[in-house]
Order: sequence, then structure tokens, then C-alpha cells
Amino acid sequence: MNNSVGSTMRNKIIIEKKKKNNTMKFIAWFYKYRYLNLLALPGIVYFFIFKYLPMYGIIIAFKDYQGVGGVTGFFSAPNVGLLHFRNFFSSYYFWRLLWNTLILSFYKLTIGFVCPIILALLINELRNVAFKRMVQTITYMPYFLSWVVTAGLIMVLLSPSGGPVNTLLGLISHIKPIYFITDSHYFRSILVSSDIWKNVGWGSIIYLAAIAGVSVELYEAATMDGATKMQKIWYITLPAIKEIVAIMFILAIGQILNQNFDQIFNLYSPAVYSVSDVFDTYVYRAGITNGQFSYTTAVGLFKSVIALILVIVSNSVAKKFDTEGLW
Amino acid sequence: MKVKLSKGERVFETFNIILLVFLCLIMIYPITFVIGRSFMEETYLSMHPLAIIPQKFSLEGYAFVFNKDSYILNSYVVTIGRTIIGTLASLFFTAMLAYTLSKKNYPGRSVMTLIIVFTMWFSGGLIPYFLLIRSLGLINKFAVYIIPNLISAWNLILLRNFFMSIPIELEESAKIDGANDLGIFFKIYLPLSSAALATIGLFYAVDNWNAWFDSLMFVNNRKLWTLQLMLQQIISSTNVNSLVSPSAVLQQQIPMEIVKYACIVVATVPILCVYPFLQKYFVKGIMVGSLKG
Repeated sequence: MNNSVGSTMRNKIIIEKKKKNNTMKFIAWFYKYRYLNLLALPGIVYFFIFKYLPMYGIIIAFKDYQGVGGVTGFFSAPNVGLLHFRNFFSSYYFWRLLWNTLILSFYKLTIGFVCPIILALLINELRNVAFKRMVQTITYMPYFLSWVVTAGLIMVLLSPSGGPVNTLLGLISHIKPIYFITDSHYFRSILVSSDIWKNVGWGSIIYLAAIAGVSVELYEAATMDGATKMQKIWYITLPAIKEIVAIMFILAIGQILNQNFDQIFNLYSPAVYSVSDVFDTYVYRAGITNGQFSYTTAVGLFKSVIALILVIVSNSVAKKFDTEGLW
Repeated sequence: MKVKLSKGERVFETFNIILLVFLCLIMIYPITFVIGRSFMEETYLSMHPLAIIPQKFSLEGYAFVFNKDSYILNSYVVTIGRTIIGTLASLFFTAMLAYTLSKKNYPGRSVMTLIIVFTMWFSGGLIPYFLLIRSLGLINKFAVYIIPNLISAWNLILLRNFFMSIPIELEESAKIDGANDLGIFFKIYLPLSSAALATIGLFYAVDNWNAWFDSLMFVNNRKLWTLQLMLQQIISSTNVNSLVSPSAVLQQQIPMEIVKYACIVVATVPILCVYPFLQKYFVKGIMVGSLKG
């Protein structure tokens, strides 16, 4: 007995000594790197407050928080367990949001993915440097427009009252003006094509960089052997960029749950909710507009967790493909 | 050196050039259409739905945008202020943290990097973020445009990678001369990184200039709205006259279609004038998916 008490005492003393030691070590470390620590401090505080504190707010997904009492209200709100998740999964919104997200992602992963590669191949074949630069500058341009402006442009062009597209259609076939932007038959096509319009040039940059790394001698040798342009693209350029293409594709798969909130929010309307409502837009409407804080935090959390798993898996797969060490 | 092309190659090349010229037209048509029509008179505009070049040059729309009684001018000032202050503050704090994270001999570097990279993949979500901003008392304050967007993890990693490519010998010789890390940061790293800082500055500036969602979420006071939110409201609302100006006299005579066009133009042109000059740095910005630890 006595012996064991003695050993606990001794352990306590050792632990306390260790604690003291650790504090001393920390102070010594902090002092040794004081300038580096000083430089890092504001940024670390920023990440803690604005990125990690909201993660703490996730607890309201398991409570019934009505938006009163500020942060202390987080704790006093009653626990409801997984109620919000169960409500969401059994509501008809769940399947609608999931289906809209997946089908939009499917279009972006297919058409939207191939377009920048084709553009890069075409730009690479241009021999006039000034023209090449001009094409690049112009195709990068839409990337710098906000979605507010882009949506404004789309609405101007597709307007049923005097928009140029409807005017032209009217001149050709005398049909009635089409309300493109509020018609669920056209809306997804508008989302996909405007996404391509905005991002195709920017997306081609990485492929152009990869193509630029291909040795000129390969092409010269192929020319000597009488290879045609198409053969050179097929047998030299494409194999040279196939790794980066694979990496980009896998990374894109990691993003399939992340739809573009800015784009959809600025273009959609109640008439097309059924084909365009996704997790983020739903969270905004039900959460911010209707004040269902706890429920929408649960919806957002569900999406974030699945998206995180997808990103981690896709990133680790992408690293395996990266034999050249791009990533 | 002129390379002789085969017939097939010449056909390909002609076809390629035509295709890319056509693509460029698609890229610039929408904004050209709006720019051209923003200088038209309202009556001419509605009678010629396809015209791009104004018959008579008119500044009617811009007169309303830049009228001192208009909320639009006010939002323009807010956006310019936000872009300048936000970009400079973001650059400064990003560079500070990036410098520390670029030091290979700094213990804690990999933990800090992991903590930051994780925020690129996972967030608390919209609602907890909204509640945080609310409880910090940032609602309806100009600071809500600056502080919550201070550092982008993406830009931070980009700048850190650039700092890591600066030869260590420069730092070592400065240390021998008695300089500390603060001195090295300000006198060696910042001046050497002007190209990288310019690129990241452009990214921050574009983000600030194009931001509208924080204004929608956190600011009810119309005098503190950003230009993009103003534009968004003008585009999506049906009764817009009261949005544009508090003055009833002015509201009566607003040519809304042209004001909308003029508004799109002033919200777009400044960026379009800047980005081409930084084009050669974009490659580095894209390649930074680099999650090297």
C-alpha cells in the first residue's frame, strides 16, 4: 500500500516536472523563433477564428437552435440527436438536391472537362506568336468576370423581350420568344454552357504548360518520318499530357458535390428550382432566408463530410498518378 | 525560318485559325454587345435589338451611374475602397504567414501547413459562418469585407512555394551580417517577390472586386453595398428605381435598361484592363494545387 502511494506521488512529481519542462521548452522555442512566430501569429489567429470556430458551430446540427442567445445559445439549445438528418433524408428535397448535383457534375466532368484540353491542343498548333497570345488573352477574359456580371450578360442575351438570341430566332422562324432562363428544359444547358464559356480558357492554361514541356525534337523526328499533324497530336502530344489529364480528372471527381453556388444563385428562379436546386442554394434559402439554422447546418454538414471524403480519396489517388512530381 | 507545310497541314491550319477566331468572337461578343449598347439612347436601344454600335453617342446611362444622388456611385466607392484596402491587407498578412511557413528549419511548420490546408477541404458551412460573423458584431460594418477574407489558403500556399524557391544563401549571408528574420522578410523576400506578389495581388483584387455574397448576407445598409450586389439587385429585381437612388425626382427619369448596361460596364472594365499584363504569371498560380507538405 505505502509503496504504491509513494510511487503515485513520485509519478505526480515526474509529471509535474515534465509539465514544467514542456512549458519551459515552449517558452524557449517561442523565444528562439520569436520573429518567425511574430510573423505567423496574425495569420494563425485568423485561421483559428474564421475557419475553425465555425467548425465548432457544427454542434447546432445536433441541437434545436432557434438563432437566439448568440454563441451561448449554442449550448443551451436542446439536444435532438440526428433528428435533422433524418428529416432531411426523408424529405423529397434530399433526392432532388442530390440528383441535380450529380447530373450537373456529370455534364461538367464530360463536356466541361474535354473542352479545355481541346482548346489547349488547338492553341498549341498556332505558329503566329502574337495571334496565339491574343487568343489566350481573350479566352482567359471571362474567367475574370463575376457570376453577377456573367448572369447579367446571359439575361441580356437571352431576354424574351428584345434579347438578340430571341430576335434572331424570330427573324429566322417567326416563333414566339422563348423564356430560356425560366424554362426547365433549357436551364441546365445554360448552366453547363455558361460554365464552359467562363472557364474553358483558364482551364486550358495547365494543359498548355504541360504541352510546352514536350521536346521539339520529338515533333521534328516525327515530321522526318512523314507523320501528319493528327498523328503528331495523337502519338506525341496526348501521351505527353496524359498524366496531367488523369490527375485533373481525378481531382475533378473529388469536387462533384461542390456545385457553383454563385452561378446557380445568380441565374435560377423558383420556376427552375426542380432542375437546378443544389445543396448550397437550398441551405441558403432554408437557412438564411427562412432561419432554419439547425436543420440547414445538418444539411451542410452532410454535404461537407461526403465532399471531404471524396477530396481526400481523389487527392491521394492523384498523387499516385503523379510520376513527374507536379503535385 | 520558313517551314514548308504539306497541303493537309495548311488545311488544318486554316481551319484551326478560323475556329479560334470564331471562339474569340463568342468570348467577346456578350461584353462588346453590352459595352456598345451602354452608349445608346433608350429609344434607339429598344428599336434596334441587334445593334452594337450606337448611332448617336450618349452618356445617359453613365450620367445616372455617376450621379452623386445615386446608390450606384456610392457602391462603386465602397467596392474601390474594399479592393484597395482588402488587397493590401491580404497581401501583407499572407506574405507574413507564408514567410514563416517557408522556413524549412522552423519547427511547427508542417503542423501549421496541415491546419491551413485542411481548411481548403472542409469548412463549418454557411450557417455557422453566418452566426460567427453575427456574434463578432461585424454585421453592417465595412470591416466585414476585409477581416473575414484576410487570407486565402490557396494564395498562401502559392506564395509559400514561391518563397521556398528563393535561394537560401541570400538569407544566410544576411544573417551573417546580423539581420534577423524581420529584416530578411522586409528587405530581401518582399522586394524579390514582386512578380509573385503582383499575381497574388491580382487574385485578391479580383476576389474583392467581384464579391457580392458577403454584402448580401451581412449588410442591410444600402449605402454599404458593393457594386456587384447593387448590380445583382438591379438585374434580379423588378422594381429597381428605388434601388438606384433615394431621390424621387431622379427615380422618375431613370432609363433602366441603359443604366443596367452602364452598370455592367463599370463593374467589369477595370479588371479587363489589368489582367492581360499579368498573364505570364498565371501558369504558376494554376500549378499550385501542390499539396507538398
